[in-house]
Amino acid sequence: METTGAEIIIRSLQEEKVEYIFGYPGGAVLFIYDELFKQKKIKHVLTRHEQGASHAADGYARSSGKIGVCLVTSGPGLTNAVTGIATAYMDSIPMVIISGQVPSHAIGLDAFQEADAVGITRSCTKYNVLVKRVEDIAPTIRKAFHIASTGRPGPVLVDIPKDLTAQKTTYSYPKGALKIRSYNPSSAGHRGQVSRAIKLIKGAKRLMVYSGGGVILGNAATEFTRFVKKLKCPVTNTLMGLGAYPATDKQFLGMPGMHGTYETNMAMQHCDVLVAVGARFDDRVIGDPAHFSQVARQIVHVDVDPSSISKRVKVDVPIVGEVTQVLKSLNEGIAGNMPSTKDMDAWWEQITKWQNKNCLRYKTKPGVVKPQQVIEALHKVTGGDAFVTSDVGQHQMWAAQYYKFNKPRRWINSGGLGTMGFGLPAAVGVQLAHPGAAVACVTGEASIMMCIQELSTCKQYRLPVKIINLNNRYMGMVRQWQEFFHGNRYSESYMDALPDFVKLAESYGHSGVRVERPEDVEPALREVFARKDELVFMDFVTDQTENVYPMVAAGKGLSEMVLAEDL
Amino acid sequence: MRRVLSILMENESGALSRVAGLFSARSYNIESLTVAPTEDPTLSRMTVVTAGDDTVIEQITKQVHKLIEVFKVSDITEGRHVERELMLVKVRAEGDEREEMKRLADIFRASIVGVSTKTFIIQVTGDRKKLNAFLAACAGNIVETARTGVCGMSRVSEDK
Repeated sequence: METTGAEIIIRSLQEEKVEYIFGYPGGAVLFIYDELFKQKKIKHVLTRHEQGASHAADGYARSSGKIGVCLVTSGPGLTNAVTGIATAYMDSIPMVIISGQVPSHAIGLDAFQEADAVGITRSCTKYNVLVKRVEDIAPTIRKAFHIASTGRPGPVLVDIPKDLTAQKTTYSYPKGALKIRSYNPSSAGHRGQVSRAIKLIKGAKRLMVYSGGGVILGNAATEFTRFVKKLKCPVTNTLMGLGAYPATDKQFLGMPGMHGTYETNMAMQHCDVLVAVGARFDDRVIGDPAHFSQVARQIVHVDVDPSSISKRVKVDVPIVGEVTQVLKSLNEGIAGNMPSTKDMDAWWEQITKWQNKNCLRYKTKPGVVKPQQVIEALHKVTGGDAFVTSDVGQHQMWAAQYYKFNKPRRWINSGGLGTMGFGLPAAVGVQLAHPGAAVACVTGEASIMMCIQELSTCKQYRLPVKIINLNNRYMGMVRQWQEFFHGNRYSESYMDALPDFVKLAESYGHSGVRVERPEDVEPALREVFARKDELVFMDFVTDQTENVYPMVAAGKGLSEMVLAEDL
Repeated sequence: MRRVLSILMENESGALSRVAGLFSARSYNIESLTVAPTEDPTLSRMTVVTAGDDTVIEQITKQVHKLIEVFKVSDITEGRHVERELMLVKVRAEGDEREEMKRLADIFRASIVGVSTKTFIIQVTGDRKKLNAFLAACAGNIVETARTGVCGMSRVSEDK
């Protein structure tokens, strides 16, 4: 029996065990939406903007470890989704985006709602393809899911012309393992390199381990924790890696980099052997690569993507492979009590001195809500177990610094691209993946406005997300940089004409709470998180002048940290 | 440093623009680029001439290899290899110049492939140096030139 292209798409997605599709209908995908309507297995989530759909699919993928799926129409539908696709690409999030395209005969004629989807997304997808024949739909979708989720994961776009969704062919879904002759990501690390790494680790006097998002994406947190515990050495997780190692453990020094802790950055700079796992030496982590490279230390780098190795910093022992597998081999090769306890004791003594700076200390002011205090209270109230999504800016850094993530996949933020507007739609995906779990969206008044329309999506699907708006009436991070580097000239960083967020939330059918006094912070959070069935918009009126410390200015070395004035 | 990369990839629409797009997106320069199907029609070979130090070339190679359609990337400048380009030059050839141009073509083992009352079209093949030398030799008479990019092959059989 012959089936239509639209039905093939839906059946293929069912084969891939897709649970949710995040999307928005439009002319080019109407046949597909019609097929969606006729079935019950896949639930479609209607966002209010395609950017919301791509971020929601992303949040779903990050928090669940599954592949996020998103469906958009041609032209503006696709271009709206691009920010979310680029966000997922930068952070290596497995996603499949299906976009409608104008009918085959109209392609290239500047047809209504036509955009060159493959061209536009070429540099922000792992792979993308325009399907040309109805027979190719099923194999292409199979290939898309395979590519999105293997090796270094990433978004894959499948662009399907409208006429193909109406054409008919025989449906058969490719079974078994998929082989693509030119695509063979390596899994196990090279044996020789693994033993070189072990030798280096054994001989280390000042060992330091650094992990990134790769450990979380590779589901390697357990193996990673075992590795670090075995070595008894200091460890840091990047912004993308938070939760890979429990933040409340004694060996964890805090985040590295631009807004990392003093002790971490000093340890990164002074260690003699640095083991990097699933991390890519981002400029926000290592600062100036010249400064970073000058230090006499040996670097072991484990990553599934060979192009990440020696890209910014020269690496001494490269190990290309899936992090779980490589960590297993490393763990097998390392017997107990290594490196030498005596050297480690001296190293920890030095680290304790750095820790005594207490670099995350902040001054409280009577009558003024400090943003750090809100995050600390949030951690306390949720027992550190909530899923926390964030937008981008000061609030994001405070959340990363003060919410102690002990588990992987709890911290959902746009690390690589730094996308404002990410937090709320991502929370939509997270809450759907984890019904019943506490989901907090930590945001700022400038960020939340970029995708505020998703409050409507939350209403439609009864998503009890808790929005923690750290409202300082400024684009805080922009203001901070203008203070540091632009002589306090607050060019356009002041948000005039802000809405009343409580009323705004109410107008969408949610509840809102404004918190203005420090003593109300914790009780308000406690009360709001007890309301498990509804979305509450918490508008915290915070200190307008607070900055994020410590800080390494862009282009400086990690040792050149700026601490808060009173430290 | 000048490098010649030989890229073996799936012969699919869009594959070329993927490689070219990668170069421009990462602001690597392409000096020349040639591409055509190989003896296996499902595969294409692309020769890219670019420049960069070892670190840059290593990054380029890794990034190109990361493209799903790419099988193999090799820097053929690393070892002994052959490089060829083809050039068509339209030269002014009137009166005495006609004989002189024909002699010049013979010296360079080039051939005249087009003739009009006032011009010749001369086809020259060889490495870049030779082609440049030919251009210098007939500089005063050049009307128009068209050059292919470099096509190269390693002398060592490593691809198969």
